[in-house]
Amino acid sequence: MLNERFPILSGKGVTKIFGLGRQKTVAVDHVDFNFYAGEIISIVGESGSGKTTLAKMLLGLISHTEGDIFYHEKKRDISSQKKKQEYWKGIQAIFQDPFSSYNIFNKIDSVLLDCIYMRGGRGLPHAKKVELMTEACSFVNLKFEELTNKYPFELSGGQMQRLMIARIFLLKPKILLADEPTSMIDASSRATILDYLLKLRSETGMTTIFITHDIGLAYYVSDTVYIMERGKFVEHGSADEVILTPRNEYTKRLISDVPKIYEEWDLSTV
Amino acid sequence: MKHTIQQVFRSGKFVFGFAIFAAVLLIVIFYPLIITDGPLSIIGQGTFFPPGIYVNVYDSMSSTVYTLNLDDAAAKRIASKLNEDDRLALKEWLMAAGVSEAEIDTTDTQKLLDLWVNNYDSKKSIPGMTNAKRNYYVRLNTALKGLMATEGVTVSQFNLQTQTLEEVDAVEQSDFVNITEVANMRVLPLGTDNFGRDVLTELVAATAVSLKIGFVAGIIATLIGLTLGLLGGYVGGIVDDIIMFITNLFIVIPSFVLLILISFSIGQEQRGAVTIAVVIGFTSWVWTARAVRSQVISLRNRDHVNLSKLSGHSLVHIILSDILPYIASYVIMALILQISSGILAEASLSILGLGPRTTEVPTLGLMMNWAMIYQAQILGKWWAYLPVLVTIALITFSMNLMNTGLDQVFNPALRD
Ligand SMILES: Nc1ncnc2c1ncn2[C@@H]1O[C@H](COP(=O)(O)OP(=O)(O)OP(=O)(O)O)[C@@H](O)[C@H]1O
Ligand SMILES: [Mg+2]
Repeated sequence: MLNERFPILSGKGVTKIFGLGRQKTVAVDHVDFNFYAGEIISIVGESGSGKTTLAKMLLGLISHTEGDIFYHEKKRDISSQKKKQEYWKGIQAIFQDPFSSYNIFNKIDSVLLDCIYMRGGRGLPHAKKVELMTEACSFVNLKFEELTNKYPFELSGGQMQRLMIARIFLLKPKILLADEPTSMIDASSRATILDYLLKLRSETGMTTIFITHDIGLAYYVSDTVYIMERGKFVEHGSADEVILTPRNEYTKRLISDVPKIYEEWDLSTV
Repeated sequence: MKHTIQQVFRSGKFVFGFAIFAAVLLIVIFYPLIITDGPLSIIGQGTFFPPGIYVNVYDSMSSTVYTLNLDDAAAKRIASKLNEDDRLALKEWLMAAGVSEAEIDTTDTQKLLDLWVNNYDSKKSIPGMTNAKRNYYVRLNTALKGLMATEGVTVSQFNLQTQTLEEVDAVEQSDFVNITEVANMRVLPLGTDNFGRDVLTELVAATAVSLKIGFVAGIIATLIGLTLGLLGGYVGGIVDDIIMFITNLFIVIPSFVLLILISFSIGQEQRGAVTIAVVIGFTSWVWTARAVRSQVISLRNRDHVNLSKLSGHSLVHIILSDILPYIASYVIMALILQISSGILAEASLSILGLGPRTTEVPTLGLMMNWAMIYQAQILGKWWAYLPVLVTIALITFSMNLMNTGLDQVFNPALRD
């Protein structure tokens, strides 16, 4: 990990407004943030609070209406396709819904091959590619031999999210944005997914932005917590600070919704 | 992919539509191999010969003669000559002459004639009968006498040297020829049209040309609509604005009006079948473009597209592999509809006299046009227009069936 604490991704007055006039929705409302390199940052908020919208702006998938985003302490420039591709080498994501995250017409191999190509491995010999893919799959306890020539929709939700983690394993980005990666899959697979995510992050030291509506989980995994309410960051600070001594009413309410917060956390109930 | 095709062929509607379409296609392909006449060659001297088997009379006389003594031959012969009006006229005269109505049966030819022969007297004056009417009865009587004759006829030939008629053959009433021994006969299942062309041969050729027009027009329209819809929907922004502006222009001006104007300005000489197809294609892409655009807009923010972007794929790659496959079934359905509406558009244009040049190839629309100009529908020559209508209906019906079948396969909400 880095000795010096510096904000790898930060924003000032970042705003997203959907629609015009009466249809106007302010999804993200003038948020300021500093995400420090190597940390796990949780963004916690209820459904519809603008978490996914913020994530997409951070990823550069949608434009922001107002404000500035800084990457490596410089104003982020993704004005051309080339610059975007360069940016995406540094920041990657796992989406909320694994079932809609894959192109149903592409085989699993092509999902993983894309990652190898993105890291400049297009010219590698076939055997080397297979080796890389096998390694990535076995990291999340999947067998590449069984997945090759299959389609993502033939997997379970949990397996699909594990494949997503395998993808990140191959890409090794500086920042990973995980948008409620466990909210759409069955409870029994959630702990496994989290385990692999935390394992990957501790091996690579990548900055992880973890989006969740579960404040207990946020407390368990993160260094820094941002609380989001209706498009605004209402409170932020270290996990202990925010959760053990909440100042904001909304934060207090979120915490009171999780009765077992002060008891010892057990991953199997996540 | 293979799975989808299997599913498609499990849909009853699709299979039924496909069977009709395949049958039409097979006929169009194989008929010209059997009947090799040109579709526009004029064989009949005269207009609108009714459907039937045409046997050459000259060849019949030189064929082997077989004598068949059939009891009802004479009655049938007379019956075929004596039409409904004549029968009623006979009845009218007989009743005026005092025969009781109960005795007269106009459907029994033999009895009616017997009554007539026994009662008719040309001198007998019937009160209130005009001279013209009296003369009609005299003529009718003579004709009937000829019909009732039992002897045959003599066939003679003019001898140029002796300048006299020489008997060459005699045809008895009981003479028959075996139709398979007659050198020349022609089946005209749908008769001939106003120009004396074989309607069936013409119809098959017309169907082929119309299908071609439909395919060319449909593919052009779908390609334009697809490209514009994909670009406008995915790229958005100014590109979308420009495309929507053009699309809305085309919507405001109804495409058929545009089609008429363009066809008219091209001029009769330049209007080949392909030209017409291209014109139809260029004026009918609007709805495909709009439909594709709205589908693409709903797709472009999906996570699989986002993931593809994050994987560093280019715009073209994303459109071709993350958008297009998702709307492919939709595009195929749009194509099918475009083909059938292309066929209808050609027909409508041709009925207005703005179809392809008339001297080269027939099209379904042109056949309708000719039938209308020569008033086939007023003259009751159904074979000149009804088969054309049925063919158009069959093609559009089968394509629409295939379309609904596909819809059921691709849209799970419609499955029963
Ligand atoms: N493309 C869009 N067009 C218009 N409004 C949008 C769009 N995307 C999101 N919104 C609106 O922005 C707000 C925030 O949505 P967002 O998806 O960011 O919430 P979220 O915090 O991720 O919720 P969840 O926990 O349910 O995923 C919502 O009110 C939503 O209706
Ligand atoms: Mg969300």
